[in-house]
Amino acid sequence: MNATAPHGNTTAAAGARLGEVIAALETLLPAESVIVDTEPRRVYECDGLSAYRQLPGCVVLPNTIAQVQAVLRLCHEHRVPVVARGAGTGLSGGALPIAEGVLLSLAKFSDILEIDPLARTARVQPGVRNISISEAVAEFGLFYAPDPSSQIACTIGGNVAENSGGVHCLKYGLTVHNVLGIKFITSDGELIELGGQTLDSPGLDLLALFNGSEGMLGVIVEITVKLLPQPPVTEVLLAAFDDVGAAGNAVAAIIAAGIIPAGLEMMDQGITRAAEDFVHAGYPRDAAAILLCELDGIAEETRAQLQAVEQILRDAGASDIRVAADAAARARFWAGRKAAFPASGRIAPDYYCMDGTIPRKCIAEVLERISALAREHELEVVNVFHAGDGNLHPLVLYDVSQPGELERAEQLGGRILEACVAAGGTVTGEHGVGVEKINQMCVQFSSAELTQFHAVKAAFDEHGLLNPGKAVPTLNRCAEFGRMHVHHGQISHPELERF
Amino acid sequence: MADGLIAELQERVRAATAAATPLVIHGSGSKAFCRPTVTGEPLDVSGLTGIVDYEPTELVVTVRAGTPLAELQAALAAEGQMLAFEPPAFAATATLGGTVACGLSGPRRPYAGALRDFVLGVRCLNGHGEDLRFGGQVMKNVAGYDIARLQAGAYGRLGVLLEISFKVLPLPEAETTVALELSPAAAIERMNRLAGRPLPLSAAAHIDGGLYLRFSGSAAAVAAACADCGGAVLTDAAAFWTAVREQQHDFFQTGRPLWRLSLPATAAMPAIDGADAADWLIDWGGAQRWLRAEAPATAVHAAAQAAGGWARGWRGVADDRRWPVQPAALQQLQHRLKAAFDPAAVFNHEADAAGGT
Ligand SMILES: Cc1cc2nc3c(=O)[nH]c(=O)nc-3n(C[C@H](O)[C@H](O)[C@H](O)COP(=O)(O)OP(=O)(O)OC[C@H]3O[C@@H](n4cnc5c(N)ncnc54)[C@H](O)[C@@H]3O)c2cc1C
Ligand SMILES: Cc1cc2nc3c(=O)[nH]c(=O)nc-3n(C[C@H](O)[C@H](O)[C@H](O)COP(=O)(O)OP(=O)(O)OC[C@H]3O[C@@H](n4cnc5c(N)ncnc54)[C@H](O)[C@@H]3O)c2cc1C
Repeated sequence: MNATAPHGNTTAAAGARLGEVIAALETLLPAESVIVDTEPRRVYECDGLSAYRQLPGCVVLPNTIAQVQAVLRLCHEHRVPVVARGAGTGLSGGALPIAEGVLLSLAKFSDILEIDPLARTARVQPGVRNISISEAVAEFGLFYAPDPSSQIACTIGGNVAENSGGVHCLKYGLTVHNVLGIKFITSDGELIELGGQTLDSPGLDLLALFNGSEGMLGVIVEITVKLLPQPPVTEVLLAAFDDVGAAGNAVAAIIAAGIIPAGLEMMDQGITRAAEDFVHAGYPRDAAAILLCELDGIAEETRAQLQAVEQILRDAGASDIRVAADAAARARFWAGRKAAFPASGRIAPDYYCMDGTIPRKCIAEVLERISALAREHELEVVNVFHAGDGNLHPLVLYDVSQPGELERAEQLGGRILEACVAAGGTVTGEHGVGVEKINQMCVQFSSAELTQFHAVKAAFDEHGLLNPGKAVPTLNRCAEFGRMHVHHGQISHPELERF
Repeated sequence: MADGLIAELQERVRAATAAATPLVIHGSGSKAFCRPTVTGEPLDVSGLTGIVDYEPTELVVTVRAGTPLAELQAALAAEGQMLAFEPPAFAATATLGGTVACGLSGPRRPYAGALRDFVLGVRCLNGHGEDLRFGGQVMKNVAGYDIARLQAGAYGRLGVLLEISFKVLPLPEAETTVALELSPAAAIERMNRLAGRPLPLSAAAHIDGGLYLRFSGSAAAVAAACADCGGAVLTDAAAFWTAVREQQHDFFQTGRPLWRLSLPATAAMPAIDGADAADWLIDWGGAQRWLRAEAPATAVHAAAQAAGGWARGWRGVADDRRWPVQPAALQQLQHRLKAAFDPAAVFNHEADAAGGT
């Protein structure tokens, strides 16, 4: 939350360098593409994690690749940090600006450049909204599979930077599985192309590395995505359980039966009630948990799977199973899930969304641990998540106007993530580390592993100008965070002094 | 036992880095013909075997790098599961470390995903001999850079793989292959059209005037797809796809240089001097094409590039001609990335001259 100037010896020196960059930018770009006035800059002071705010030194909105190159070259020359930004829907503070830095918005890169229905690919600019791709290719019977809940707003560039997931990733994969190529600009302004229309490329797989790299390795200026044929048949089931553990076991049983649903989501009682009160989806308010299971594909296959899943749910002790009769009913079943985040806004003034991923078999155990931690911190937590992937989204409810509650919420969030790591999972499944989970990275990784991450970063960005201070903590920071963390059965950072 | 072996490997790597002595990581040598030639002291990881953890309901398996591919495949099949990228083994002794290092995927690749898509995590040694873990055993993980997937196809240039976690998938209930007579051009068009429809396509190849389409899934869905596409049902389909995948098919029984072209799936057949239709095998629904030809390497690279892809000399091509020349900025970046893992360049270092890095 406090902004530091990582590249200046002092804030004053960094400010002076920024001043030089701004002066040069005003000659490089059209006037409307450089924002220096305070009020319009405010729009960019946070992403979806609004507890963290920082006014950027200046904002640029280039609209050609050459302009992006020019901006990066200039910033490189003056050693001014750059933060790329898509739609700013990120939930980990990844696009949080830097006071003495440039915020580079890709908003003007909003064109779909080419659709090749036969090859099933689309070449798009990074500022294209996720949902626009599926909308544009629907006439060819195709769709772009990764569908974050934020898909009407978030950009494909942001999706690549975060390796975003969505409800349908269980079957169709994450962003990394659906991107064929990118063009990006290095921190010193070089244009590099990775992949494209082919299924692989010579050399190290930098494309895989770029997915989920949180704007730390380069600025993405073009993306080629893979398109899939739309499934002809979709079925959605809703199952109610009196017991969270039984719902968790049902998830494992479906997968164990060799069925990969298109989506398999779970909501606990707290969020089920909130969502029901909000959108009246017809959810059972008395259930301890509900499961939403979507099956899609060819008619014959989907019908067979539907029967199998119904049986599994019944065997797992579901108290109520409903199958959506038509498209309207399917939409209603999903409406509550899709509105879950805003619905939680009705039961508490603020919420804090966590993103740990755990082995499916630990769902019940970890949910129980989360309730215990919530009681300990005197806060309420509701859970709505991608159960099929084991990707939890505990929503910590709090009220920022109550002194100390935000701090307690953050503390609780941290403890929840540590519980996920202890269960053999990870601190982030799809939202990224950003600034938010940077301390928990010290729990998940040893100092040698963190050092390796820094070395990778340095190979791309020698001077640490791209999105500095995010995603990977320095070893000093971990030492300060300094709890005795157990990592792969060993205390992490044994070489660092404890204080 | 594994711990002792790992400690030994760590010691060897540290010493090699201190003395800047090159190492050559050995799985079983099964793919020696298809990876860049490297020289140095052998570093044998074949003793590092065994399945560390396998939970069928999690769809995740963790294995030690020296484990034979065949052993893992048998263990998965016993639970009705598989490695969906259908890796070629090229020999009964092939290890998982070698398979991941070579990043090889089989006929199912365009429909199910590549090897790298199924890598969830790795445990590895870098040039400092540090024992590191990246990724994990869960389906979704964006904590830190994706160094696990980066190891796929890196030919051991970034370090020694010790353990790998894979996502696995259920075996299909039914599988049928049909064959149709079609020209290469018509086959390419057909493969792409079919891939754009919701059919359970799991392989599509064209050899010697025949288009082979494999469908995998529920019995009902497979039957419906076969009826839809027509053609004659292939009786020895499993053997056919094994032969294509393992390069045991007659097409590959040649003393001529063999090239692999990675092209846009819809690209027209490139014209290569001295090669006719019989010298091409199209796999991956058009995206991977094998070529038998004596044409100069520069001509093959140029033709692949003109078609929007790239070529790689697989067999019978001089080491310094196997790979395309990469743009300078990309090449430098790859070098720096290699050095970030292996500062003394001890791992499979001559491979660096090839593969664009
Ligand atoms: C209500 C809501 C629901 C959500 N649901 C999901 C969900 O289901 N699944 C999911 O995965 N996420 C979800 N998210 C999180 C968020 O939408 C995703 O992380 C999304 O990919 C961010 O895209 P963006 O364009 O908003 O990126 P931003 O927030 O602008 O940026 C995110 C990161 O990407 C970097 N970046 C952006 N563009 C580029 C570029 N062109 N080149 C390089 N780096 C770049 C930024 O520097 C930053 O680090 C949700 C968010 C909200 C608010
Ligand atoms: C028994 C034996 C006999 C041999 N005889 C000859 C010979 O006569 N002539 C000759 O020139 N060479 C010989 N070699 C060397 C051989 O040709 C290869 O150079 C060497 O075996 C590398 O391939 P591999 O064993 O790992 O094979 P594969 O298992 O096929 O490995 C393929 C690639 O993956 C890499 N790799 C494998 N495992 C890992 C891992 N765990 N981590 C990271 N990278 C990995 C390898 O370095 C290689 O690049 C022999 C090797 C063996 C083991």
